[in-house]
Amino acid sequence: MHSETVAELIAGLKERKYSATELAREMLGRIQRAQPELNAFITIEAESALAAAAEADRRLAAGGAPPLTGVPIAHKDIFCAAGSRTTCGSKMLANFVSPYDATVVARLRAAGAVVLGKTNMDEFAMGSSNETSHFGAVRNPWDPSRVPGGSSGGSAAAVAARLVPAATATDTGGSIRQPAALCGVTGIKPTYGRVSRYGMIAFASSLDQAGVIARSAQDAALMLGAMAGFDERDSTSVDAPVPDYVGGLDRPLRGLRIGLLKEFFDKGLDPAIEACLRTALEALRAQGAELRDVSLPNLPLSVPTYYVVAPAECSSNLARFDGVRFGHRCEEPRDLKDLYERSRGEGFGAEVKRRIMTGTYVLSAGYYDAYYLKAQRVRQLIASDFARAFAQVDVLIGPTTPTVAFELGAKTADPITMYLNDIYTIGANLAGLPAVSIPCGFVQGLPVGLQIVGAHFAEERILNVAHRYQRETDWHARAPEAYR
Amino acid sequence: MYDFAPIFPKFQRHYHMSLRRSDIDNIARLARLALSEAEIPVYIDSLSRIIGLVSELDRAATGGVEPMSHPLAGQKQRQRADAVTESDQHELYQRNAPQVLAGLYLVPKVIE
Repeated sequence: MHSETVAELIAGLKERKYSATELAREMLGRIQRAQPELNAFITIEAESALAAAAEADRRLAAGGAPPLTGVPIAHKDIFCAAGSRTTCGSKMLANFVSPYDATVVARLRAAGAVVLGKTNMDEFAMGSSNETSHFGAVRNPWDPSRVPGGSSGGSAAAVAARLVPAATATDTGGSIRQPAALCGVTGIKPTYGRVSRYGMIAFASSLDQAGVIARSAQDAALMLGAMAGFDERDSTSVDAPVPDYVGGLDRPLRGLRIGLLKEFFDKGLDPAIEACLRTALEALRAQGAELRDVSLPNLPLSVPTYYVVAPAECSSNLARFDGVRFGHRCEEPRDLKDLYERSRGEGFGAEVKRRIMTGTYVLSAGYYDAYYLKAQRVRQLIASDFARAFAQVDVLIGPTTPTVAFELGAKTADPITMYLNDIYTIGANLAGLPAVSIPCGFVQGLPVGLQIVGAHFAEERILNVAHRYQRETDWHARAPEAYR
Repeated sequence: MYDFAPIFPKFQRHYHMSLRRSDIDNIARLARLALSEAEIPVYIDSLSRIIGLVSELDRAATGGVEPMSHPLAGQKQRQRADAVTESDQHELYQRNAPQVLAGLYLVPKVIE
């Protein structure tokens, strides 16, 4: 059961090859056995999962059950789930029990999915290696001495290790695509506004977007179809119909115009990764796609732009953690100021504090115009570059990450080194574009990711390209030896 | 925009920015973060590097470019009718509060 995809599990449950309860028990067992090595979960919710699975079995027996009934999934611990501990990977929220459901959580429950637990993540989604989690680092199932990527490292590791067939995730600067690439799985960040952010703990509100990590584009399409759509509770949710993502998967690629970003293939890209990408591009060309070179001249400024905009929004969003209404409170505060300062100083980890302070600095008097306003103008230039590119091509393809998974501790000393891991993924967040990362080969036994970026609301198209590639290749179906 | 001028001394921006102890103290105070002595040199170093990185933005010609605050052009902030839609659930919400008395959040005394 554990090696089956979401699509196969839906069929298996319908045909009564196994019950939802048997399936949940099997996967919970795998999660528990993997936990000492991978630490992919912050909370394992066996009791509520088995109750949900029993309910799924009743609905399956009664007939007319919704599409994902009985399918086991996990939520990144950034999504609030009523009655469930929701920590966001932080000491600040170590004991926070959400009083309500995120829209993503409610929709997947309504679709019948059975939640097995909450996955580990970088604290407040700030990190690219999952090493900033208060609950300990997650390890990569392909090599436990290496990181799974971040911030959705728990979701990516859990899917790669066949602990769940799919898991929710979020992406502010690459936090779905980068760990998907490093763990050899498929991860999609939808268009900004496509999936509701209600109940998803905010990091940088103009960049954050919820998506999914799964083992194939088909499974990602099944999950995204259940998650996407307008929500009046998110003021930036877009009121546009959700297409049938699964229905569009098989569309032939003849005539598809693929743009190769000059800046993505420029200096700094590992030649072994480039070789994997070139082979994949040939496979797409063999299906009738055309390759064209395009240039986004302002894209190299995406990292500095991001490290102004994201920390600025973070410093504002995280002001809500004050030790008064919820979250960590220091012992014996002398006065209100002491309560705020020590509760925050103790409750937040080093990277979160670094980003709050960066944001405070760039928004402060005398620096606001030079940094924040300047970054917003450069963001406009980057978005315009993408818009021009999409007038010439249908999708942009390039690497997801500059390297394969690195060793734990290798990049923790210098934050800039860590930030540069997201050099290929940040552009899509700044421009609000959908992008998917899919496995396209291995370098030294570690997975390589290929990124497909689409125009606004072109999720259907990028999933289609990913699926057509996955029909012809089996990189996405490979499993780490210890977790087959 | 925060209006705390002139908390930060104006200094010449250059690509290898170096912040001082007093800068970090000011930023931490504005951000309401208590830092330990051991943390201060770490943040002097790493924030200096980050400010150096973001100073790269100076290279971009942005004359006449409108600042972008929303990734989707033309989206308008939706408004809803000014009507009650939620019920009072303060007891549920206050279960996560560190200290509550008679439905009120407790904090240290502010006025003597």
